[in-house]
Amino acid sequence: MSATFVGMPGFPEFPSFPEAAHEAVRDKTLRGNLRHATHTIRAKRAKAVAEVSDWAALREAGRQIKDHTLRHLDRYLVQVEEAVTAAGGTVHWAVDADEANRIVADLVKRTGEREVVKVKSMATQEIGLNEALEAEGIHAYETDLAELIVQLGKDRPSHILVPAIHRNRGEIRDIFRSEMSAWGRPAPEGLSDTPAELAEAARLHLREKFLRAKVGISGANFVVAETGTLVVVESEGNGRMCLTLPETLISVVGIEKIVPTWRDLEVFLQTLPRSSTAERMNPYTSMWTGTTGQDGPSTFHLVLLDNGRTDTLADQVGRQALRCIRCSACLNVCPVYERAGGHAYGSVYPGPIGAILSPQLRGTGSEIDASLPYASSLCGACYEVCPVAIDIPEVLVHLRERVAQGGQATRGGNKVVLKPAKGHAAERTAMRAARLALSHPGLLRGGQRLASRTRRFHPRSLPGPGKAWSGTRDLPALPAEPFRDWWQRTHAERGGQGGKDGAK
Amino acid sequence: MSSRDRILGRVRRALADVPPDDTPYEQAVSRDYLRQHGDRGAEETVDLLAENLVDYRAVVHRSDTAGLPALIAHLLGERGSKTVLVPPGLDESWLADTEVTRVTDRPDSTPHELDRVDSVVTGCAVAIAETGTIVLDGSPDQGRRRITLIPDHHVCVIRIPDQVVSSVPQALDRLVPARPLTLISGPSATSDIELDRVEGVHGPRTLEVVLVSGE
Repeated sequence: MSATFVGMPGFPEFPSFPEAAHEAVRDKTLRGNLRHATHTIRAKRAKAVAEVSDWAALREAGRQIKDHTLRHLDRYLVQVEEAVTAAGGTVHWAVDADEANRIVADLVKRTGEREVVKVKSMATQEIGLNEALEAEGIHAYETDLAELIVQLGKDRPSHILVPAIHRNRGEIRDIFRSEMSAWGRPAPEGLSDTPAELAEAARLHLREKFLRAKVGISGANFVVAETGTLVVVESEGNGRMCLTLPETLISVVGIEKIVPTWRDLEVFLQTLPRSSTAERMNPYTSMWTGTTGQDGPSTFHLVLLDNGRTDTLADQVGRQALRCIRCSACLNVCPVYERAGGHAYGSVYPGPIGAILSPQLRGTGSEIDASLPYASSLCGACYEVCPVAIDIPEVLVHLRERVAQGGQATRGGNKVVLKPAKGHAAERTAMRAARLALSHPGLLRGGQRLASRTRRFHPRSLPGPGKAWSGTRDLPALPAEPFRDWWQRTHAERGGQGGKDGAK
Repeated sequence: MSSRDRILGRVRRALADVPPDDTPYEQAVSRDYLRQHGDRGAEETVDLLAENLVDYRAVVHRSDTAGLPALIAHLLGERGSKTVLVPPGLDESWLADTEVTRVTDRPDSTPHELDRVDSVVTGCAVAIAETGTIVLDGSPDQGRRRITLIPDHHVCVIRIPDQVVSSVPQALDRLVPARPLTLISGPSATSDIELDRVEGVHGPRTLEVVLVSGE
């Protein structure tokens, strides 16, 4: 793909989804990699979920906990601030990506360090933190295996959980062989493409970075308001390394990650691992509350990030997207994601959740964001698997309406009235014509009769942009007589109820 | 205006459409889910723990208190360990039978020093049968989080049946949130290559769990 990755905010020059997906669907390797990976995880997830008989109740509790938190978010944010501060941490607030990046860069500079180790984090991807730190002369090393593959390959993430899902083992071996030496310890001689050897190569490469790291940067899966506890759920142990070995820990966390009480974790620690990696429990979960004596970092900073979340919260239909716990189950079941791949979504949040999250966090102004609500067949598989019951199809339809019709939205904390997007003029004209015809029976009848009488002259395919649609379908054949005329002719005289436009 | 006030103000304006709701939190969420899955006796719960630990590639051993020192000595010997990290409050009798050099974790031990140690032996706070999870909470018999992370071989001793619970909700009930907590389910693993699980990345690649019965 030719478009360069410029971090989350904007993506102004990124092509629309259909344009970007056009290339992806022709890439046989990519299609094969995605098909293999998504089908592997789909079956495993179904099995892991079937193991717990109360899945529906857990899902409902998860939905309610998140909805309640969002409903009282102001209160819980203040509670988080108090609890984290009381536990020895420092809380910062960032309205947008720039402010968050500035806060983190300043905190790192204050330590005098020039490099940081990072735990995989969607929030820091979203704000383009690595690029911002690089501009300040600070090297950020990604330590999650998939993030490492993406970073070494100068690539873009294509999946929430497994950002290198578009790469197969052979491609990963090639990237390790050619790129590792430029970043530190080179790949071992004769590295093969077995996953175990690749994991070993990553272990050796990152070890030296973990052991000397003085600053760690993370996100968090959950923040418990009543205790100020942060939770990071991971598999490899890179998270534990970054959270416990450095002297300074900086966590950048979206304001929607809060849960009110300690007890709430009992729901999500059951639903998240099963939904994301299809495990009963992920290998490692770390929980920390501020700083603790000699165990772990002596300095802890929490950066609370808005960056479009409050705008999303203002949308009555769209706000449910903030329930998302980033499990990526919706990506793995999505027929569109499976074929188009993650890059086509032009955002660090791909797949169905990305299609409703990105246009809300960033607004529907750019070409890519206006096209994302259409990147779906509305089949509903995403809603089915979502562990917090986000009705993704409902939000997609809602956002389509906003794109095509415009209307009220909140941007940067202010209410704005959006103009209808370009490129939907034909759709709007058609809808307006339909409204006129359907509310004027005489007009409808006249139109139908005209269409029936001229049916000999109808083309077999549509002209102009309609050609793409009729290229793979037959146009519906019109009957010689409209249904309503037929009904009247064959049923009206029998004294049935279907007389003269009396059909209600 | 500070960013804090701006964000809080935006949140309040965003929620202007929502009717006020003062339901206490305890009543706001319906917790119809189960406290545990299935009905098991203490012995069956321990069996389930063992089964799930093995399923995620931990190595499980059983012993009684009297046999524990010999078993630990055997495990360290079999592994070929020369050094073993010891948390400050570990029961000294556990290591009574082994000749392996003990390394005590000091507050100023550097990560590089810990990286040279072959094994670590700890107790645990609680274990979860349904998920095959052991939980460490930094108590004196478990030590700082880093000592169970850097060495490649972790031997974790669980007292059965009293340290074993069935489910995640039961485990959280027993834990103190203010302590630094680590939930461990099998050795370090990754699903990052083709979404298939492979054991052994940054954490200990070998996790041996010893289930010790009381007498």
